[in-house]
Amino acid sequence: MQPYIDEARKAISNPVLQTALANLQDRLGKGAAAAYQNLPEGPDLRLKAHDLRMQAINNLDVLLETLAGQVQKNGGKVIFADDAAVAVAACRKIARKHGVRRVVKGKSMVTEEIGLNPALAADGIEVTETDLGEYIIQLAEEHPSHIIAPAIHKTRSEIGTLFAQKLGIPYCNDPPTLTREARKALREKFLAADMGITGCNLACAETGHIAILSNEGNIRMATTLPGVHVAIMGMERVAATLTDHDVLLRLLSRGAAGQNMAGYVSHISGPRQTDHQDGPDHFYLIILDNGRSRILADERFREILCCIRCGACLNVCPVYAKIGGHAYGSTYSGPVGAVVSPLLSGVGRFRDLVLGETLCGACKDACPVNIDIPRMLLELRSMLADGDGYWQVRRNSFLEKSVWMFWSWMMQKRARYEIGAGLMKRIFP
Amino acid sequence: MEKDAAINRDPVIATLLYGRPITLFVQCLIDSLYPEVKDAVEIIFRRLALDTVCPPDQTCCGQPAFNAGYRKEARSAAARFIDIFGESETIVCPSGSCVNMVRHHYPLLFENDPIYYPKAISLGRRIFELTEFLVDVLHVEDIGAAFLGKVTYHDSCHLLRGLSVRSQPRRLIQSVKGATLVEMKDSDRCCGFGGSFFLKYPDISAAMAAGKVRAVIGSGADVVVGCDMGCLMQIQKHLIRIGSGIKTLHIAQLLAMAG
Repeated sequence: MQPYIDEARKAISNPVLQTALANLQDRLGKGAAAAYQNLPEGPDLRLKAHDLRMQAINNLDVLLETLAGQVQKNGGKVIFADDAAVAVAACRKIARKHGVRRVVKGKSMVTEEIGLNPALAADGIEVTETDLGEYIIQLAEEHPSHIIAPAIHKTRSEIGTLFAQKLGIPYCNDPPTLTREARKALREKFLAADMGITGCNLACAETGHIAILSNEGNIRMATTLPGVHVAIMGMERVAATLTDHDVLLRLLSRGAAGQNMAGYVSHISGPRQTDHQDGPDHFYLIILDNGRSRILADERFREILCCIRCGACLNVCPVYAKIGGHAYGSTYSGPVGAVVSPLLSGVGRFRDLVLGETLCGACKDACPVNIDIPRMLLELRSMLADGDGYWQVRRNSFLEKSVWMFWSWMMQKRARYEIGAGLMKRIFP
Repeated sequence: MEKDAAINRDPVIATLLYGRPITLFVQCLIDSLYPEVKDAVEIIFRRLALDTVCPPDQTCCGQPAFNAGYRKEARSAAARFIDIFGESETIVCPSGSCVNMVRHHYPLLFENDPIYYPKAISLGRRIFELTEFLVDVLHVEDIGAAFLGKVTYHDSCHLLRGLSVRSQPRRLIQSVKGATLVEMKDSDRCCGFGGSFFLKYPDISAAMAAGKVRAVIGSGADVVVGCDMGCLMQIQKHLIRIGSGIKTLHIAQLLAMAG
């Protein structure tokens, strides 16, 4: 089985998907590049942001403790989850405690990572995704193919057919009409929900709050209408100070969609206080490890924890542009997925993600925090070549190793090299 | 993009000042498959009245093994490269990819080697990609070349993002008598060659090349010029595949064309 290659082939032979991916990159990829140029501090803010993120990652223990303390002081509850199972169990327990029957969700890749939706559904809880793209994917019973544009692989006529089937409306392929229908259906879900579950774009340790960005206003409703709000964050998503937080949110919006700032920004620091007009009665923050500590402990890969999941690298990657998100076979696709998926879920299992890139470096230039993804891909390749105890990676076949050993021997003498060169001439006449 | 601060011009200036020859490193792809590109580089330097030498023992810089993850094997090729070129004052290579390997990856390969690490750092400052050397070091843009037609330029990834070379080749092309530079869409998008990538993932590589070839044709150019034979080999193959008559040329070949 070669899922990466097979799925890639499928994507390449789908002309509709190819057009959608090309449009996505022309719009968002170029939009981000232009938006960095317009930064008041200049495009080099990306380099400064990289330092801010590295500092935060290097002091993660202190920052998370501070964050947790602040959230608790504000009346929220904080749960540290070592892995997906603990996080899911915590969510289910909260739902049971509050007698939850209906959940509305904000778009969150980390809940995809831990497989939260099926677990809640198994408890008889109705879970509704409220981001339009995620809602479409949920109705279609698929997985997102892009970190911020989950339904990029679907055409409007496919969505029209889907809505006709699932929402019982007459078929149409007019985006405003379809959006209106989704909005109508979602309003009822918001009003009936007794729990909201969201991710977290970035927390701030100094203030003890989390920020969630959206362009649809759904986050605002999911976090204020239901009586309970559960936010789940990867443990790396914390900034030290409000100043750092501000820099990073501005870069995140630019990287994700070329916007100076997302349409809606929700800053949430706990449950409703007595003088608040609205908000949930209960607020829980689940901080997820799920393999991140292991990454943190390895100097070579610690840098990937700087990622703020904006999707900018997907929007410029020439490989992603051809194969789309599903070929990666994991929650996180594109260049960041090629590094983070192997580290979170097994380097051997995701070896094609590591090898199936050209090391062109477009991702690094597009990254709002200037993460050196090609460097880490090279490190991962070296791990695959020679094996690695810490990551429990078995090396590639002995045959491959022998080929490179032979190659290296050939390169040691000009006469041998010329034999190789002669061979090349035969292969590529 | 960060500026490449690694370049040290002092030994280079000495080379030029005392009329000592410039050492050529001929990328293995050129050496084995495209010897005409090496000839073109020599013509350019002859025209500039600069002597060149080409160490006869040279083989490969080690990049193929390094990119595949085989660092031990890459290191042995790299050490040999350092032994051969370590004494040369100024080295010029008609490939951005190889220069990027020496300048930016050798220090990583030898980070724990007290003997080779300083040699690698020093070598990285004295090795130049051809267009970078002509424009940034020699301050030459017009080499007296002539070519009648429209030329489009493909930015190869390692040259552009590794060495920050974007304007230099374009300035050289614009100085060619009779040549008009026409930009293609997304000239800085990877062609899908990627070394062993095109062998391991042929479908993805071909899909990427198809996009590049469409951009080339869309530019209305008569030839595609680039600074790395890997990319040009890939682009040429796919141009032929769709029956296009557009030719690829290494920039050295264009610059060597006589007026």
